[in-house]
Amino acid sequence: MNPRLPLTAFEVNGSAVALPVSPVKRLSSVLRDDLHVTGVKVGCDAGDCGACTVLVDGEPVCACLMPIASAVGTKITTVEGLGNGGLSALQASFLEHGAAQCGICTPALLVAASALLERNAEPDEAAVQDALGGILCRCTGYRKIVNAVMAAARKQARPVGGIDFRLPASGCAIGLSPVRLDGIAKVTGAEKYGADSFPPDALTVLAVRSPYYHARFSLGDIDAWKRMNPGIVAVFTAADIPGINRFGVIPPFADQPALAEREVRFRGEAVAVIAGERDAIANLGLADFPIVWTEQPHVLEPGAANAEGAQLIHENRTGNILTKGFVERGDPEAALDGAAVIASGEIETSYVEHAYIEPEGGYAYLDGETLVIVACTQAPYMDRDDTAKVLALAPEKVRIVPTATGGGFGSKLDISLQPLIGLVALKTGRPAAMAYSRNESMISTTKRHPAFMKASIGTDADGQICGMVFDGDFNTGAYASWGPTVANRVPVHASGPYATPNYRATGRAVHTNGPISGAFRGFGVPQAAIMQETLYDELAGKLGKDRLDFRLQNCLREGNVTVTGQKMDASVGIADCLEALKPHWARALADASAFNMSSESVKRGVGVASCWYGCGNTSLPNPSTIKVAISQDGHVILHQGAVDIGQGSNTVIAQICADALGMPLAMFHLKSADTAISPDAGKTSASRQTFVTGKAAEKAGRVLREQILRFANVSAKATLTLDGATVVVREGEAVRRIDLAGLSANADGYVFEATESYDPPTTPLDAKGQGKPYAVYGYGAQLAELEVDLKLGTVKLVKITAAHDVGKAINPVMVEGQIEGGIAQGIGMALMEEYIPGRTENLHDYLIPTIGDVPPIESILVEVPDSEGPFGAKGLGEHVLIPTAPAILNAIRHATGVLVTKVPATPSRIMAAIRASEGSR
Amino acid sequence: MIRYAKPTKVAEALSLLGDDDWRILAGGTDFYPAQGTRPVRENILDINGLAELRGIAETESHWIIGARTSWAQVAGAPLPACFDALRQAAREVGSQQIQNVATVAGNLCNASPAADGVPALLVLDADVELNSAQRKRHLPLGDFILANRRTALQPGEMVTAIRIPKSAAVGQSAFHKLGARRYLVISIAMAAVRLVIEDGIITNAAVAVGACAATAKRLHGIETTITGREADRSMAEAIMSAPITELTPIDDVRGTASYRQDAAREIVARSALAIVDESLGKAAA
Repeated sequence: MNPRLPLTAFEVNGSAVALPVSPVKRLSSVLRDDLHVTGVKVGCDAGDCGACTVLVDGEPVCACLMPIASAVGTKITTVEGLGNGGLSALQASFLEHGAAQCGICTPALLVAASALLERNAEPDEAAVQDALGGILCRCTGYRKIVNAVMAAARKQARPVGGIDFRLPASGCAIGLSPVRLDGIAKVTGAEKYGADSFPPDALTVLAVRSPYYHARFSLGDIDAWKRMNPGIVAVFTAADIPGINRFGVIPPFADQPALAEREVRFRGEAVAVIAGERDAIANLGLADFPIVWTEQPHVLEPGAANAEGAQLIHENRTGNILTKGFVERGDPEAALDGAAVIASGEIETSYVEHAYIEPEGGYAYLDGETLVIVACTQAPYMDRDDTAKVLALAPEKVRIVPTATGGGFGSKLDISLQPLIGLVALKTGRPAAMAYSRNESMISTTKRHPAFMKASIGTDADGQICGMVFDGDFNTGAYASWGPTVANRVPVHASGPYATPNYRATGRAVHTNGPISGAFRGFGVPQAAIMQETLYDELAGKLGKDRLDFRLQNCLREGNVTVTGQKMDASVGIADCLEALKPHWARALADASAFNMSSESVKRGVGVASCWYGCGNTSLPNPSTIKVAISQDGHVILHQGAVDIGQGSNTVIAQICADALGMPLAMFHLKSADTAISPDAGKTSASRQTFVTGKAAEKAGRVLREQILRFANVSAKATLTLDGATVVVREGEAVRRIDLAGLSANADGYVFEATESYDPPTTPLDAKGQGKPYAVYGYGAQLAELEVDLKLGTVKLVKITAAHDVGKAINPVMVEGQIEGGIAQGIGMALMEEYIPGRTENLHDYLIPTIGDVPPIESILVEVPDSEGPFGAKGLGEHVLIPTAPAILNAIRHATGVLVTKVPATPSRIMAAIRASEGSR
Repeated sequence: MIRYAKPTKVAEALSLLGDDDWRILAGGTDFYPAQGTRPVRENILDINGLAELRGIAETESHWIIGARTSWAQVAGAPLPACFDALRQAAREVGSQQIQNVATVAGNLCNASPAADGVPALLVLDADVELNSAQRKRHLPLGDFILANRRTALQPGEMVTAIRIPKSAAVGQSAFHKLGARRYLVISIAMAAVRLVIEDGIITNAAVAVGACAATAKRLHGIETTITGREADRSMAEAIMSAPITELTPIDDVRGTASYRQDAAREIVARSALAIVDESLGKAAA
């Protein structure tokens, strides 16, 4: 029995509401599920992320922690109540500053900051941080949020039309920073994420998951259990899966069952799904679900998994090796033998959780014979094909409709709930909805690979790198996911952006019963960069060289050959990045020595590190297709299939296309990455969208322009614009007006249409890893300044200066947003993030940086144009994270004299390293 | 959930507690995270209607913090300097959203070894008022929290107040929280120190450390060592060499036992120095 209050009455955004509901129901659930106020987000249901922050009588609280009974008689304000029809000054400021990326935390930030501005009209930075310290953001790095709040103080609310969207004139979109085209919905709360638009009649789907790392199981009398639980409509297991119960992002390695068959290989693996009415699922306990587990021995460390006689996690994978990657050039042993100076070391990294604030969510339904899946994702076409395979449907009978995605960072490339809700919808004929809990998201989806690396690097007497050997084991967990990509990408990148004539690098992806490691911003390269860049500091020290000069001496330049034998053209920009840091480096070193003169127990340190990163798939086909059209009613319609997970592809791809077409950005209307509507623009991954999809958008824009010019019979110099349903073509004094209504349109209502694809020119890598794995590389270097407390081992970041060669900054504000956000994740990886299965499966034990943990960041945008990228642009999404952790470790060593060889460098580990060094003196 | 009740009088709440098993719901900030996605099966006694348990009052003999007083109320209350550690701790309990609803008594009843409020209350010699339909009793805070997640609360009882004797509400105090990030973090270790300084001499010292044993502990060795000393910066050295026998830290994800053992001493010294520096600053001014 569930007692209900007769009527729970309160006010939401000025409207009185009253409803019968359980008094202990969470306020967040009542607002979202009963009142459909979905601007209130649920990220953790535990007060750890703050995404559900609302004002109760003006005071911010976590709606997930408040019983609805406590809301009786109160006035509740959510993001939907801030704008009063237009936008508040704060909402406008968030847009103008680019303070919202994916937008999932934005409603909470806006609500909490509004309360701050109510009591403090001109808050300083510390006051802003104190007010927003309880709200986690994983995209922005917080700096633009702080700026947006401080700038909003004492400003007036504005109508939506009263905001400067910085919309560029025709032909001028590249290099300006228009406000993100999908921004308004993110600041009003109108944006719909995976769990925000469930149909009212949908069944709720719940997964039964393994509590063991490795176990066999047998199912009991499920029908009897179902009968004991009214409202439960169906239970499905592996036996109900109609297709091939093996999915995986790289088809030859597909090995993961949607629902496990008799055996589970990791903690969190799904074995069954239960579908029921929403209230029935909410009141369901799983303690008596009829399943008998028989725990089996498990292995969590790659060393043990690869040891002689270790039991195999997959029968066909000898030594539990999923794949090996290998690159060799020259004779590294001979080079190291002849080296004047050698540095060798070992580095270990931890599992890192993506910790996007939106747990996986979505629903499925049948539209005739087509299964429609509406969910957050980074890769709609891959979702479609894998889901179709599992459910024995033709790919075109599955339609993926991406919702807004509240952060992905690589993990939402893999399917998660898609086959589960698809199965329920197919079997029951009813819509099926599922929202992962935070715990479920953390235990069942992918992580960054923990790495166990060793390397040696040698130089000649002048400090010129002569050789390097790198060896890395990457814990890939129970299933393949992107393990092969990591194993292959690391050897290609482990040299860093430095000329290394003699080189051997081996990367192994090793199976364990740990969480599945997959794609996470950088695919193993951030780990490898820690190995290489910390050794570079040691080499510079042994050589008595300035650490930045040493890097400049060795960095790749035009005409150099990479470790895979690829000859660099004039696009290589690492020297420019390092040069750009020089004045900051000199200033930072001077500041540090001045500080250290007068400080005993706190020491300041400065560190630098570089990155390079190939954009797109490694030596594999990687096409994007873009369709752009002029509709009969006079709009430019861009089928923008590059999923925007916050990074800004909706805006950047449109900017590129606008300038290629030669029409103002304001005339563009975007169609989403729905597989029924837009062609495949590939996955949002590998820093490829600006480059690859951007190039396709450039081509499509140019072809569409050609069509119109040819139709109007004018030269390439003509300008194009739209005036209602008329295309106006001007060439000199001559004006031609094309009346679109008078022309025939295709089935889509388009009069002119262009569809173009682009696939980067790469070549396969041979047995020694030689070839051209990427068509475009991006580069960067970062400088970290910090203080280490020598008694407590705590680190206080002072500033990060980041120079990134992006080729051409299509949207500079968004580039800065990527840099700041990547740095924040790098800070987390360096100092606090360590996912331990069974122990940190929530956001209070698993720590990601808060608004108080990201120091001022100075971004320097370096533009060395790429010969291949659209308008010279290179990718940057992953690059920006790579140098941060090694720069921080190098700065800690500069401050303390000790290198921490396992990240995160927690206070405990830093102190242990300091003590060990004191002991060895 | 079989029964739900939201009484408006403490007597009514106590009478309900006497006749059935109830799970008490106050601020909800520990209740809901512990619940997760599981349905609520217990009887729920919602004490958020008990207005008389909210707020801080002063009597002849005690400062009395009502059980339902929120941490935000503590942080903002006009209290003497001996409460500074408590008010600093109040600002470190979760986030502002948490502080707005989380209660002082809830922090104690949850009995986490890392409860931010406990060390600051220990140095104030706080006791806990336990009420039932039959009796009212008071337990020193150190006797109330028995172990990790275990208290001396008996069936039928609820915490109605936390009392600080006026005799202990003297001097100045400071709090130091050590965590791996700036906000919303569970402590690796934390320390609270209260010193009474008369004519430059420490006449009374109370020192407590949290997250370094199953429950927060007073450190009597340090208290004894510094009592009677001059209140100057040399006190730090005395603290660094004073005996500590009360702590039994563990290795966990937040830090190793040996790190905690050392860090605890260090943050005690820093808290004490913060008080001394302020006191010297005042004397100089």
